[in-house]
Amino acid sequence: MTRAVPPFSPPVVSTTQDRPFWRMKDLPTHWLMLAPALIVVSGLILYPAINAVWLALTDTNILDLADQKFVGLYNFEEALKSDSFWLSLLHLMIWVIGCVGGQLIFGMIGANILNQKVRGRAMIRGVVLVPWATASILVALMWLWMLNPNFGIVNHYLRVIGLLNGPQDWLGDPMTALPTLILIDVWQGVAFFSVMLLAALQSVPKEMLEAAKIDGASPWQSFWRLTLPYIMPTVLITVVLRVVWTANYFDLILVVTNGGPANSTLTLPLHAYSTAYQDFDFGMAAALGIIQAVILAVPVIAYVRHVLKKEAA
Amino acid sequence: MSTTSTPNMLAREKTRVPQPKKKIRIRPVYLLIVLWLIGVLGPYAWMFITSITPPEEMVESAARIWPRHANLKAYEYLASNHKFIEYAINSALVAVGTVIVTTTLALLAGTVLSRYRFKGRKFVLFGTLLLQLFPTVLMIVPLYIEMRTFGLLDTKRGLMIVYTAFSLSFSTWLMKGYVDHIPKEIEEAALIDGCSRFQTFLYVIVPLTKPGIAAVATFSFIYSWNEFIYALTFTHSDVARTIPVGLRLFIGESSINWQYITAAGVLAVIPVLVGFMLAQRSLIAGLTAGAVKG
Repeated sequence: MTRAVPPFSPPVVSTTQDRPFWRMKDLPTHWLMLAPALIVVSGLILYPAINAVWLALTDTNILDLADQKFVGLYNFEEALKSDSFWLSLLHLMIWVIGCVGGQLIFGMIGANILNQKVRGRAMIRGVVLVPWATASILVALMWLWMLNPNFGIVNHYLRVIGLLNGPQDWLGDPMTALPTLILIDVWQGVAFFSVMLLAALQSVPKEMLEAAKIDGASPWQSFWRLTLPYIMPTVLITVVLRVVWTANYFDLILVVTNGGPANSTLTLPLHAYSTAYQDFDFGMAAALGIIQAVILAVPVIAYVRHVLKKEAA
Repeated sequence: MSTTSTPNMLAREKTRVPQPKKKIRIRPVYLLIVLWLIGVLGPYAWMFITSITPPEEMVESAARIWPRHANLKAYEYLASNHKFIEYAINSALVAVGTVIVTTTLALLAGTVLSRYRFKGRKFVLFGTLLLQLFPTVLMIVPLYIEMRTFGLLDTKRGLMIVYTAFSLSFSTWLMKGYVDHIPKEIEEAALIDGCSRFQTFLYVIVPLTKPGIAAVATFSFIYSWNEFIYALTFTHSDVARTIPVGLRLFIGESSINWQYITAAGVLAVIPVLVGFMLAQRSLIAGLTAGAVKG
């Protein structure tokens, strides 16, 4: 206790202070521990992703893999010339804007509900998140049955309240099929937004809101002027992640309508998927996949640049 | 209850009226929450009710809600249906394999990324995150060729490997978050006491990250149990088909028996519900942590 301070600090302590106590000689251990994960990820994600670029430049047909010719940018040219590409791109835009927009609005309302003084909040939060953990095939199954034009419970009650007379096949009508799918996706994904935004809302300093209240701000004003700007970073990252995820999500559409009726629900990823597995044109499918990836890189890059700019400021 | 001493019904009614001691004021928030919960759970309840409704009552089922002659025939049928049992076993085997491999790899990688500082750490950390953003449809075409080359098409092994790869990056991040919370001093003490680096991992980090292991295991289980597109594309016989693919085949049949298919749906959703409710707290914590910190 009363010993004089030695002229040099003991080695064990010093290494823990400004740099981690692991030294260069420990290097191999961590690469060894990291290796299995790296091998799996690079073998099954990185390598195929690079291979997709090569495939997109060939006329690969899965029925005859040996006959593979380099065709340059032919697939991309053909894709950009075809109507089905532009149609599926338009549907993709509607799908993404509808789904993410709906989830954001209702998710924000839900988050504000859960942010009130509510008993059993953790339980409720868990229960409302259940659809998000439910398989897309089951969501499709439940809604196909509920929206069944003959026996469906939805149409039955719409008729009971008088909003509908006669049969209506929501998923079989080209006008209503895509909006209906969007509603199903909003149903499934809204709680994800709520949970993310709730976490952000709970990080808003209470003093700030109380001060605003004392100064006479209405709850509405303090939400728009104080709370929303405060939670904006979370809103942004959630929206960006959700845009990418929703754009790539086609399981639900594949099962429920498979792009029909009359291609009215054909989105770009579904178009690429059927190009591969109905037309067996892997080269074209890879090209469409790459176009999809490039389009989705736009919001991600915009987000990263926004964050970097903010950090610099 | 407090008025049981009065034998007369009328008197009981009278005594009850003037004592509204507990003011049961229902705040509108609770009304909204109840509506929300009904909206969320309604479809599941309806799926269950349909699964016990005999086919001849389907026509009036929407009007009646609860069937006249509820029966469990659909569940009996599924319990003796070879195909459904085979799909369920496939799903379970693939999920268990995925959970074991993913959790092990994520634990190793998460520990390294949390504890070691080395060249290329950031690259690995954000690289894995970026790979996660690649479109499924971009991956599926080259992956199909790769699986075919290695003879992994239509095998449970193949699905397991693919699921491990695609659940690994979120799992690693989740695990890293848990390891970050373990005080370094405990490991230092173990090191000073003569443990090797790997021993500290085995005897200090692993026991202390049990909640993280549970969260990652649940996440990868749910992912693997629910996954549809890869399973649909990479399997073409009953040897490797999982429940989602089986359900899709049932839905595709020309005359759908809604009682049977909803029963299959109920059975398929139960494992996920149980797992999710058990681990939701830590899963939600893992989900929100990254986003809220920015």
